[in-house]
Amino acid sequence: MIINHPLLGPRDASEFTYLGDASLIDRPDGTAENAADAFYDYAYLRDNPAGEHRELWYHEAGDRSWLVVTRNTLTHEISKVELARDVARTRGRSK
Amino acid sequence: MRYSGFRVIKEALTGHKGWKPVWREPDPKPHYDVIIIGGGGHGLATAHYLSKVYGQRNVAVVEKGWIGGGNVGRNTTIVRSNYMLDGNEPFYEFSLKLWEGLEQDVNYNAMMSQRGIINLFHTDGQRDAYTRRGNAMILNGADAELLDADQVRAEHPYLNFDDARFPIKGGLVQRRAGTARHDAVAWGYARSADLHGVDIIQNCEVTGLRIENGTCLGVETSKGFIGASKVGCAVAGNSGRVMGMAGMRLPIESHVLQAFVSEGLKPVLPSVITFGAGHFYVSQSDKGGLVFGGDIDGYNTYAQRGNLPVVEDVCEGGMALMPMIGRARLLRMWGGVMDMSMDGSPIIDRTPVQGLYFNGGWCYGGFKATPASGYCFAHLLAKDEPHPVATAYRLDRFRTGRMIDEKGAGNQPNLH
Repeated sequence: MIINHPLLGPRDASEFTYLGDASLIDRPDGTAENAADAFYDYAYLRDNPAGEHRELWYHEAGDRSWLVVTRNTLTHEISKVELARDVARTRGRSK
Repeated sequence: MRYSGFRVIKEALTGHKGWKPVWREPDPKPHYDVIIIGGGGHGLATAHYLSKVYGQRNVAVVEKGWIGGGNVGRNTTIVRSNYMLDGNEPFYEFSLKLWEGLEQDVNYNAMMSQRGIINLFHTDGQRDAYTRRGNAMILNGADAELLDADQVRAEHPYLNFDDARFPIKGGLVQRRAGTARHDAVAWGYARSADLHGVDIIQNCEVTGLRIENGTCLGVETSKGFIGASKVGCAVAGNSGRVMGMAGMRLPIESHVLQAFVSEGLKPVLPSVITFGAGHFYVSQSDKGGLVFGGDIDGYNTYAQRGNLPVVEDVCEGGMALMPMIGRARLLRMWGGVMDMSMDGSPIIDRTPVQGLYFNGGWCYGGFKATPASGYCFAHLLAKDEPHPVATAYRLDRFRTGRMIDEKGAGNQPNLH
Protein backbone atom coordinates (compact mmCIF):
# COMPACT_ATOMS: atom_id res chain seq x y z
CA MET A 1 0.00 0.00 0.00
CA ILE A 2 1.14 3.53 -0.77
CA ILE A 3 0.05 6.29 1.59
CA ASN A 4 -0.06 9.72 0.01
CA HIS A 5 1.40 11.78 2.84
CA PRO A 6 -0.01 15.36 2.81
CA LEU A 7 3.47 16.84 3.34
CA LEU A 8 5.84 14.28 1.83
CA GLY A 9 3.87 12.78 -1.04
CA PRO A 10 3.48 9.04 -1.74
CA ARG A 11 5.26 6.84 0.82
CA ASP A 12 5.32 3.07 1.25
CA ALA A 13 3.06 1.84 4.06
CA SER A 14 5.98 -0.11 5.54
CA GLU A 15 7.41 3.22 6.75
CA PHE A 16 4.39 3.57 9.02
CA THR A 17 3.08 1.84 12.09
CA TYR A 18 -0.63 1.34 12.58
CA LEU A 19 -2.56 2.29 15.68
CA GLY A 20 -6.22 1.72 14.87
CA ASP A 21 -9.58 3.43 14.50
CA ALA A 22 -9.34 7.22 14.19
CA SER A 23 -11.93 7.57 16.95
CA LEU A 24 -8.94 7.09 19.29
CA ILE A 25 -8.34 10.82 18.78
CA ASP A 26 -11.43 11.48 20.89
CA ARG A 27 -10.14 10.58 24.31
CA PRO A 28 -12.99 10.69 26.84
CA ASP A 29 -13.12 13.11 29.73
CA GLY A 30 -11.55 11.33 32.70
CA THR A 31 -13.43 13.47 35.20
CA ALA A 32 -16.90 12.83 33.76
CA GLU A 33 -19.56 10.94 35.67
CA ASN A 34 -19.51 8.04 33.18
CA ALA A 35 -15.71 7.97 32.75
CA ALA A 36 -15.34 4.24 33.52
CA ASP A 37 -17.86 3.27 30.85
CA ALA A 38 -16.54 5.80 28.39
CA PHE A 39 -12.98 4.54 28.78
CA TYR A 40 -14.05 0.91 28.45
CA ASP A 41 -15.71 1.85 25.20
CA TYR A 42 -12.74 3.95 24.08
CA ALA A 43 -10.03 1.45 24.98
CA TYR A 44 -11.65 -1.83 23.97
CA LEU A 45 -14.68 -1.63 21.66
CA ARG A 46 -14.33 -1.10 17.93
CA ASP A 47 -16.69 -0.60 14.98
CA ASN A 48 -14.42 -2.82 12.84
CA PRO A 49 -16.26 -1.99 9.61
CA ALA A 50 -16.02 -3.90 6.33
CA GLY A 51 -15.64 -1.01 3.93
CA GLU A 52 -14.52 2.55 4.56
CA HIS A 53 -12.42 2.89 7.71
CA ARG A 54 -10.78 5.98 9.16
CA GLU A 55 -7.61 5.01 10.96
CA LEU A 56 -4.45 6.37 12.55
CA TRP A 57 -1.05 5.72 11.01
CA TYR A 58 2.26 7.00 12.45
CA HIS A 59 5.10 7.84 10.07
CA GLU A 60 7.70 6.24 12.28
CA ALA A 61 10.41 5.85 9.66
CA GLY A 62 9.71 9.30 8.24
CA ASP A 63 8.67 12.65 9.64
CA ARG A 64 6.93 11.12 12.69
CA SER A 65 3.64 12.76 11.98
CA TRP A 66 0.33 11.09 12.78
CA LEU A 67 -2.03 10.68 9.84
CA VAL A 68 -5.72 9.93 9.55
CA VAL A 69 -6.03 7.60 6.58
CA THR A 70 -9.41 6.75 5.05
CA ARG A 71 -9.03 3.28 3.59
CA ASN A 72 -11.38 0.58 2.36
CA THR A 73 -10.87 -2.59 4.42
CA LEU A 74 -12.27 -4.75 1.61
CA THR A 75 -9.99 -3.47 -1.17
CA HIS A 76 -7.13 -1.66 0.66
CA GLU A 77 -7.89 1.39 -1.49
CA ILE A 78 -6.92 4.67 0.21
CA SER A 79 -9.28 7.52 -0.57
CA LYS A 80 -8.09 10.27 1.76
CA VAL A 81 -5.06 11.13 3.91
CA GLU A 82 -5.08 13.96 6.44
CA LEU A 83 -2.73 15.13 9.15
CA ALA A 84 -4.17 13.90 12.45
CA ARG A 85 -3.20 17.28 13.91
CA ASP A 86 -5.60 19.02 11.53
CA VAL A 87 -8.38 16.51 12.22
CA ALA A 88 -7.98 16.94 15.98
CA ARG A 89 -8.00 20.72 15.73
CA THR A 90 -11.15 20.82 13.64
CA ARG A 91 -12.75 18.76 16.39
CA GLY A 92 -11.82 21.43 18.90
CA ARG A 93 -8.78 19.74 20.41
CA SER A 94 -5.54 21.52 21.47
CA LYS A 95 -6.92 25.04 21.19
CA MET B 1 -21.74 -45.55 6.60
CA ARG B 2 -18.76 -46.24 8.85
CA TYR B 3 -15.30 -45.87 7.41
CA SER B 4 -12.83 -48.66 8.10
CA GLY B 5 -9.99 -50.58 6.51
CA PHE B 6 -12.37 -53.35 5.54
CA ARG B 7 -14.64 -50.84 3.87
CA VAL B 8 -11.75 -49.51 1.78
CA ILE B 9 -10.83 -53.04 0.68
CA LYS B 10 -14.44 -53.91 -0.12
CA GLU B 11 -14.89 -50.76 -2.18
CA ALA B 12 -11.58 -51.32 -3.94
CA LEU B 13 -12.77 -54.78 -5.01
CA THR B 14 -16.17 -53.52 -6.17
CA GLY B 15 -15.10 -50.55 -8.26
CA HIS B 16 -15.65 -47.86 -5.59
CA LYS B 17 -19.35 -47.74 -6.41
CA GLY B 18 -20.53 -47.79 -2.80
CA TRP B 19 -19.23 -44.40 -1.63
CA LYS B 20 -22.01 -41.93 -0.90
CA PRO B 21 -21.99 -38.17 -0.29
CA VAL B 22 -20.98 -37.72 3.32
CA TRP B 23 -23.57 -35.14 4.29
CA ARG B 24 -27.07 -34.26 3.13
CA GLU B 25 -28.13 -31.03 1.42
CA PRO B 26 -31.30 -30.28 3.40
CA ASP B 27 -33.63 -27.33 2.96
CA PRO B 28 -33.96 -25.27 6.12
CA LYS B 29 -36.79 -26.14 8.48
CA PRO B 30 -38.89 -23.23 9.80
CA HIS B 31 -37.54 -23.59 13.33
CA TYR B 32 -34.57 -25.18 15.12
CA ASP B 33 -33.64 -25.48 18.76
CA VAL B 34 -30.15 -24.22 17.93
CA ILE B 35 -28.79 -22.48 14.86
CA ILE B 36 -25.05 -22.12 14.48
CA ILE B 37 -23.95 -19.34 12.15
CA GLY B 38 -20.77 -20.34 10.37
CA GLY B 39 -19.87 -23.70 8.80
CA GLY B 40 -16.19 -23.51 9.58
CA GLY B 41 -14.14 -25.69 11.90
CA HIS B 42 -15.54 -24.20 15.08
CA GLY B 43 -19.17 -24.14 13.92
CA LEU B 44 -19.07 -27.72 12.66
CA ALA B 45 -17.27 -28.91 15.79
CA THR B 46 -19.96 -27.19 17.85
CA ALA B 47 -22.64 -29.01 15.86
CA HIS B 48 -20.85 -32.33 16.32
CA TYR B 49 -20.51 -32.04 20.10
CA LEU B 50 -23.95 -30.49 20.48
CA SER B 51 -25.58 -33.45 18.76
CA LYS B 52 -23.31 -36.27 19.88
CA VAL B 53 -22.34 -35.29 23.43
CA TYR B 54 -25.20 -33.02 24.48
CA GLY B 55 -27.95 -34.92 22.65
CA GLN B 56 -29.44 -31.95 20.79
CA ARG B 57 -31.09 -33.26 17.64
CA ASN B 58 -32.81 -30.20 16.21
CA VAL B 59 -29.73 -28.25 15.15
CA ALA B 60 -28.71 -26.43 11.98
CA VAL B 61 -25.45 -24.95 10.75
CA VAL B 62 -25.92 -22.11 8.26
CA GLU B 63 -22.99 -21.21 6.06
CA LYS B 64 -22.64 -18.33 3.60
CA GLY B 65 -20.53 -20.27 1.10
CA TRP B 66 -19.43 -23.88 1.31
CA ILE B 67 -18.36 -25.47 4.58
CA GLY B 68 -14.70 -25.32 5.47
CA GLY B 69 -14.05 -22.52 2.98
CA GLY B 70 -12.92 -19.93 5.51
CA ASN B 71 -10.09 -20.00 8.00
CA VAL B 72 -10.22 -23.76 8.61
CA GLY B 73 -9.13 -24.07 4.99
CA ARG B 74 -6.51 -21.33 5.27
CA ASN B 75 -4.40 -22.02 8.34
CA THR B 76 -1.00 -23.57 8.94
CA THR B 77 -2.55 -26.66 10.62
CA ILE B 78 -0.54 -26.55 13.85
CA VAL B 79 -1.98 -28.22 16.94
CA ARG B 80 -0.40 -27.56 20.35
CA SER B 81 -1.13 -26.61 23.94
CA ASN B 82 1.94 -24.63 25.00
CA TYR B 83 0.27 -21.67 26.67
CA MET B 84 1.08 -20.25 30.07
CA LEU B 85 -1.84 -18.43 31.68
CA ASP B 86 -4.44 -20.13 33.86
CA GLY B 87 -7.30 -18.92 31.68
CA ASN B 88 -5.76 -20.51 28.59
CA GLU B 89 -3.67 -23.59 29.31
CA PRO B 90 -6.41 -25.91 30.68
CA PHE B 91 -8.56 -25.05 27.66
CA TYR B 92 -5.82 -25.74 25.10
CA GLU B 93 -4.75 -28.93 26.87
CA PHE B 94 -8.39 -30.07 26.81
CA SER B 95 -8.31 -29.30 23.09
CA LEU B 96 -5.13 -31.31 22.52
CA LYS B 97 -6.66 -34.29 24.32
CA LEU B 98 -9.70 -34.04 22.05
CA TRP B 99 -7.36 -33.89 19.04
CA GLU B 100 -5.75 -37.13 20.19
CA GLY B 101 -9.10 -38.92 20.08
CA LEU B 102 -10.67 -36.95 17.24
CA GLU B 103 -10.33 -39.46 14.42
CA GLN B 104 -11.95 -42.25 16.45
CA ASP B 105 -14.62 -39.88 17.71
CA VAL B 106 -15.75 -38.70 14.28
CA ASN B 107 -14.67 -41.85 12.36
CA TYR B 108 -12.73 -39.78 9.85
CA ASN B 109 -9.06 -39.64 8.96
CA ALA B 110 -7.90 -36.17 9.99
CA MET B 111 -4.23 -37.10 9.45
CA MET B 112 -3.45 -36.07 13.01
CA SER B 113 0.33 -36.28 13.32
CA GLN B 114 1.92 -35.72 16.74
CA ARG B 115 5.30 -34.79 15.38
CA GLY B 116 5.98 -32.26 18.15
CA ILE B 117 6.73 -28.55 18.27
CA ILE B 118 9.89 -26.79 19.34
CA ASN B 119 9.95 -23.12 20.38
CA LEU B 120 13.56 -22.00 20.05
CA PHE B 121 15.18 -19.55 22.43
CA HIS B 122 18.17 -17.36 21.78
CA THR B 123 18.93 -15.56 25.04
CA ASP B 124 19.17 -16.41 28.73
CA GLY B 125 16.08 -14.30 29.42
CA GLN B 126 14.12 -16.23 26.85
CA ARG B 127 15.28 -19.51 28.37
CA ASP B 128 13.92 -18.38 31.73
CA ALA B 129 10.61 -17.39 30.15
CA TYR B 130 10.29 -20.74 28.38
CA THR B 131 11.24 -22.63 31.54
CA ARG B 132 8.43 -20.86 33.31
CA ARG B 133 6.00 -21.57 30.50
CA GLY B 134 7.02 -25.24 30.43
CA ASN B 135 6.41 -25.49 34.17
CA ALA B 136 2.99 -23.88 33.77
CA MET B 137 2.17 -26.42 31.06
CA ILE B 138 3.25 -29.35 33.24
CA LEU B 139 1.20 -28.02 36.15
CA ASN B 140 -1.84 -28.14 33.87
CA GLY B 141 -1.22 -31.73 32.80
CA ALA B 142 0.44 -30.98 29.46
CA ASP B 143 3.89 -32.21 28.47
CA ALA B 144 6.90 -29.96 28.11
CA GLU B 145 10.62 -30.56 27.80
CA LEU B 146 13.49 -28.06 27.81
CA LEU B 147 16.35 -28.86 25.42
CA ASP B 148 19.79 -27.28 25.41
CA ALA B 149 21.58 -26.31 22.21
CA ASP B 150 23.28 -29.71 21.77
CA GLN B 151 20.01 -31.57 22.15
CA VAL B 152 18.35 -29.27 19.62
CA ARG B 153 21.30 -29.79 17.27
CA ALA B 154 20.86 -33.55 17.48
CA GLU B 155 17.25 -33.27 16.32
CA HIS B 156 17.52 -30.29 13.97
CA PRO B 157 21.09 -30.19 12.61
CA TYR B 158 20.15 -27.88 9.73
CA LEU B 159 19.28 -24.86 11.89
CA ASN B 160 21.46 -21.77 11.99
CA PHE B 161 22.93 -22.32 15.48
CA ASP B 162 25.83 -19.90 15.34
CA ASP B 163 24.07 -16.87 13.92
CA ALA B 164 25.96 -13.78 15.10
CA ARG B 165 22.87 -11.98 16.37
CA PHE B 166 20.54 -14.82 17.34
CA PRO B 167 22.49 -17.96 18.27
CA ILE B 168 20.20 -20.86 19.20
CA LYS B 169 20.58 -21.64 22.90
CA GLY B 170 17.93 -24.33 23.11
CA GLY B 171 14.22 -24.87 22.84
CA LEU B 172 11.02 -25.76 24.62
CA VAL B 173 9.49 -28.91 23.16
CA GLN B 174 5.98 -30.25 23.34
CA ARG B 175 6.12 -33.78 21.94
CA ARG B 176 2.35 -34.28 21.79
CA ALA B 177 1.86 -31.24 19.56
CA GLY B 178 1.80 -31.61 15.81
CA THR B 179 -0.29 -31.00 12.73
CA ALA B 180 -3.63 -32.17 11.36
CA ARG B 181 -5.19 -32.10 7.93
CA HIS B 182 -7.31 -28.93 8.18
CA ASP B 183 -9.93 -29.70 5.52
CA ALA B 184 -10.45 -33.20 6.85
CA VAL B 185 -11.16 -31.74 10.28
CA ALA B 186 -14.02 -29.67 8.85
CA TRP B 187 -15.32 -32.55 6.74
CA GLY B 188 -15.03 -35.07 9.56
CA TYR B 189 -16.98 -32.87 11.95
CA ALA B 190 -19.55 -32.10 9.25
CA ARG B 191 -20.08 -35.77 8.45
CA SER B 192 -20.42 -36.71 12.09
CA ALA B 193 -22.81 -33.84 12.82
CA ASP B 194 -24.90 -34.78 9.79
CA LEU B 195 -25.05 -38.42 10.94
CA HIS B 196 -26.35 -37.16 14.29
CA GLY B 197 -29.17 -35.27 12.60
CA VAL B 198 -27.70 -31.78 12.19
CA ASP B 199 -28.85 -29.90 9.08
CA ILE B 200 -25.87 -28.35 7.34
CA ILE B 201 -27.25 -25.60 5.11
CA GLN B 202 -24.68 -24.27 2.66
CA ASN B 203 -24.91 -21.23 0.40
CA CYS B 204 -27.20 -19.64 2.96
CA GLU B 205 -25.93 -16.23 4.03
CA VAL B 206 -27.18 -14.72 7.25
CA THR B 207 -28.31 -11.21 6.37
CA GLY B 208 -29.82 -10.23 9.70
CA LEU B 209 -30.72 -11.32 13.21
CA ARG B 210 -34.36 -11.03 14.22
CA ILE B 211 -34.30 -9.54 17.71
CA GLU B 212 -37.47 -8.49 19.53
CA ASN B 213 -37.60 -7.17 23.09
CA GLY B 214 -33.98 -8.13 23.64
CA THR B 215 -34.49 -11.75 22.57
CA CYS B 216 -33.08 -13.35 19.43
CA LEU B 217 -35.86 -15.21 17.57
CA GLY B 218 -33.85 -16.48 14.63
CA VAL B 219 -31.85 -15.46 11.59
CA GLU B 220 -32.79 -13.75 8.34
CA THR B 221 -30.99 -15.51 5.53
CA SER B 222 -30.73 -15.57 1.77
CA LYS B 223 -33.07 -18.59 1.99
CA GLY B 224 -35.61 -16.76 4.15
CA PHE B 225 -36.22 -16.46 7.87
CA ILE B 226 -35.22 -19.43 10.05
CA GLY B 227 -36.48 -19.42 13.62
CA ALA B 228 -34.38 -20.63 16.52
CA SER B 229 -34.56 -20.86 20.29
CA LYS B 230 -30.83 -20.21 20.46
CA VAL B 231 -28.43 -18.74 17.92
CA GLY B 232 -24.69 -19.29 18.21
CA CYS B 233 -22.32 -17.18 16.15
CA ALA B 234 -19.00 -18.85 15.19
CA VAL B 235 -17.71 -16.75 12.31
CA ALA B 236 -14.27 -15.64 13.53
CA GLY B 237 -12.78 -13.16 11.07
CA ASN B 238 -16.20 -11.69 10.38
CA SER B 239 -17.48 -11.51 13.96
CA GLY B 240 -17.69 -7.74 13.80
CA ARG B 241 -20.01 -7.90 10.79
CA VAL B 242 -22.37 -10.56 12.12
CA MET B 243 -22.56 -9.28 15.67
CA GLY B 244 -22.94 -5.80 14.21
CA MET B 245 -26.33 -7.03 12.94
CA ALA B 246 -27.29 -7.30 16.62
CA GLY B 247 -26.04 -3.76 17.17
CA MET B 248 -23.02 -4.95 19.14
CA ARG B 249 -19.52 -3.54 19.05
CA LEU B 250 -16.86 -6.08 19.98
CA PRO B 251 -13.39 -5.90 21.53
CA ILE B 252 -12.10 -7.18 18.20
CA GLU B 253 -10.43 -5.92 15.02
CA SER B 254 -10.22 -7.94 11.80
CA HIS B 255 -6.70 -8.40 10.47
CA VAL B 256 -5.12 -10.48 7.74
CA LEU B 257 -2.57 -13.24 8.38
CA GLN B 258 -0.61 -14.58 5.45
CA ALA B 259 0.60 -18.15 5.04
CA PHE B 260 3.02 -19.70 2.61
CA VAL B 261 3.82 -23.11 1.11
CA SER B 262 6.99 -24.05 -0.70
CA GLU B 263 7.28 -26.60 -3.47
CA GLY B 264 7.24 -30.21 -2.29
CA LEU B 265 10.51 -31.45 -0.80
CA LYS B 266 11.73 -34.73 0.60
CA PRO B 267 11.25 -34.98 4.38
CA VAL B 268 13.49 -32.35 5.98
CA LEU B 269 11.62 -31.07 9.04
CA PRO B 270 10.82 -33.62 11.73
CA SER B 271 8.57 -31.27 13.73
CA VAL B 272 6.98 -27.86 13.89
CA ILE B 273 9.60 -25.19 14.58
CA THR B 274 9.17 -21.62 15.80
CA PHE B 275 11.88 -19.00 15.68
CA GLY B 276 12.34 -17.14 18.96
CA ALA B 277 14.08 -14.04 17.65
CA GLY B 278 11.53 -13.13 15.00
CA HIS B 279 8.03 -14.23 14.21
CA PHE B 280 8.38 -17.30 12.01
CA TYR B 281 6.99 -20.81 12.30
CA VAL B 282 7.31 -23.70 9.90
CA SER B 283 6.33 -27.32 9.48
CA GLN B 284 6.37 -29.75 6.58
CA SER B 285 3.13 -31.08 5.17
CA ASP B 286 2.67 -34.72 4.25
CA LYS B 287 2.87 -33.66 0.60
CA GLY B 288 6.34 -32.27 1.33
CA GLY B 289 5.69 -28.53 1.13
CA LEU B 290 7.15 -26.34 3.84
CA VAL B 291 4.16 -24.57 5.40
CA PHE B 292 5.14 -21.36 7.14
CA GLY B 293 4.00 -17.98 8.35
CA GLY B 294 4.80 -15.08 10.61
CA ASP B 295 3.27 -11.80 11.68
CA ILE B 296 -0.11 -10.46 10.73
CA ASP B 297 -0.03 -7.51 8.35
CA GLY B 298 -1.08 -5.21 11.18
CA TYR B 299 -3.94 -3.09 9.83
CA ASN B 300 -7.70 -3.62 9.80
CA THR B 301 -8.79 -5.56 6.75
CA TYR B 302 -11.41 -8.01 5.52
CA ALA B 303 -9.53 -8.72 2.29
CA GLN B 304 -8.20 -12.27 2.24
CA ARG B 305 -4.84 -11.11 0.97
CA GLY B 306 -1.93 -9.20 2.44
CA ASN B 307 0.92 -7.04 1.26
CA LEU B 308 4.55 -7.55 0.33
CA PRO B 309 6.38 -6.06 3.37
CA VAL B 310 5.14 -8.97 5.52
CA VAL B 311 6.11 -11.48 2.83
CA GLU B 312 9.64 -10.10 2.98
CA ASP B 313 9.67 -10.11 6.78
CA VAL B 314 8.48 -13.73 6.99
CA CYS B 315 11.03 -14.91 4.43
CA GLU B 316 13.80 -13.05 6.28
CA GLY B 317 12.79 -14.89 9.44
CA GLY B 318 12.98 -18.18 7.58
CA MET B 319 16.41 -17.37 6.16
CA ALA B 320 17.74 -16.37 9.59
CA LEU B 321 16.49 -19.60 11.16
CA MET B 322 17.26 -22.16 8.46
CA PRO B 323 19.24 -20.81 5.51
CA MET B 324 18.43 -23.94 3.49
CA ILE B 325 14.91 -22.59 3.03
CA GLY B 326 16.36 -20.13 0.53
CA ARG B 327 16.81 -22.99 -1.94
CA ALA B 328 13.13 -23.85 -1.97
CA ARG B 329 10.76 -21.99 -4.26
CA LEU B 330 7.55 -20.51 -2.94
CA LEU B 331 4.59 -22.34 -4.41
CA ARG B 332 1.59 -20.57 -2.95
CA MET B 333 0.70 -17.84 -0.50
CA TRP B 334 -2.65 -16.64 0.75
CA GLY B 335 -4.31 -14.64 3.49
CA GLY B 336 -7.01 -15.30 6.02
CA VAL B 337 -9.01 -12.79 8.05
CA MET B 338 -8.55 -13.04 11.82
CA ASP B 339 -10.60 -11.80 14.73
CA MET B 340 -7.80 -10.06 16.65
CA SER B 341 -9.07 -9.49 20.16
CA MET B 342 -7.91 -6.84 22.60
CA ASP B 343 -5.94 -9.26 24.78
CA GLY B 344 -5.04 -11.95 22.26
CA SER B 345 -7.46 -14.47 23.78
CA PRO B 346 -10.82 -15.74 22.53
CA ILE B 347 -14.40 -15.23 23.67
CA ILE B 348 -17.00 -17.98 24.23
CA ASP B 349 -19.93 -16.43 26.05
CA ARG B 350 -23.54 -15.33 26.18
CA THR B 351 -24.30 -11.85 24.88
CA PRO B 352 -26.57 -9.10 26.23
CA VAL B 353 -29.18 -10.37 23.73
CA GLN B 354 -31.19 -13.28 25.15
CA GLY B 355 -30.72 -16.42 23.06
CA LEU B 356 -27.69 -15.08 21.17
CA TYR B 357 -24.31 -16.64 21.92
CA PHE B 358 -20.89 -15.67 20.68
CA ASN B 359 -17.74 -17.60 19.84
CA GLY B 360 -14.87 -15.60 18.33
CA GLY B 361 -11.75 -13.56 18.91
CA TRP B 362 -9.49 -16.51 18.07
CA CYS B 363 -6.71 -14.27 16.76
CA TYR B 364 -4.48 -16.50 14.66
CA GLY B 365 -4.68 -19.49 17.01
CA GLY B 366 -8.10 -20.81 16.13
CA PHE B 367 -7.22 -24.05 14.40
CA LYS B 368 -5.63 -25.79 17.39
CA ALA B 369 -8.62 -24.73 19.47
CA THR B 370 -11.20 -26.21 17.10
CA PRO B 371 -12.26 -29.27 19.15
CA ALA B 372 -12.34 -27.52 22.54
CA SER B 373 -13.97 -24.43 21.07
CA GLY B 374 -16.74 -26.61 19.62
CA TYR B 375 -17.06 -28.62 22.82
CA CYS B 376 -17.22 -25.58 25.09
CA PHE B 377 -19.55 -23.65 22.79
CA ALA B 378 -21.84 -26.69 22.62
CA HIS B 379 -21.74 -26.89 26.41
CA LEU B 380 -22.69 -23.22 26.67
CA LEU B 381 -25.51 -23.57 24.13
CA ALA B 382 -26.89 -26.73 25.74
CA LYS B 383 -26.58 -25.81 29.41
CA ASP B 384 -26.46 -22.00 29.39
CA GLU B 385 -23.33 -22.01 31.51
CA PRO B 386 -19.67 -21.97 30.51
CA HIS B 387 -17.70 -25.20 30.30
CA PRO B 388 -15.25 -25.47 33.26
CA VAL B 389 -12.18 -24.98 31.04
CA ALA B 390 -13.65 -21.93 29.27
CA THR B 391 -14.86 -19.87 32.21
CA ALA B 392 -12.29 -17.13 31.60
CA TYR B 393 -13.41 -16.42 28.01
CA ARG B 394 -16.01 -13.86 29.00
CA LEU B 395 -17.22 -11.17 26.67
CA ASP B 396 -17.22 -8.57 29.45
CA ARG B 397 -13.74 -9.34 30.79
CA PHE B 398 -12.37 -6.07 29.42
CA ARG B 399 -14.93 -4.12 31.41
CA THR B 400 -14.12 -6.03 34.59
CA GLY B 401 -10.35 -6.04 34.10
CA ARG B 402 -9.95 -9.83 33.75
CA MET B 403 -7.89 -9.87 30.57
CA ILE B 404 -5.97 -12.98 29.48
CA ASP B 405 -2.96 -11.39 27.84
CA GLU B 406 -0.28 -14.05 27.14
CA LYS B 407 2.00 -11.52 25.50
CA GLY B 408 1.32 -8.57 27.79
CA ALA B 409 0.81 -6.33 24.78
CA GLY B 410 -2.29 -4.53 26.03
CA ASN B 411 -5.26 -3.38 23.97
CA GLN B 412 -3.35 -3.26 20.68
CA PRO B 413 -4.73 -6.13 18.57
CA ASN B 414 -2.01 -5.99 15.92
CA LEU B 415 0.66 -6.74 18.55
CA HIS B 416 -0.89 -9.98 19.84
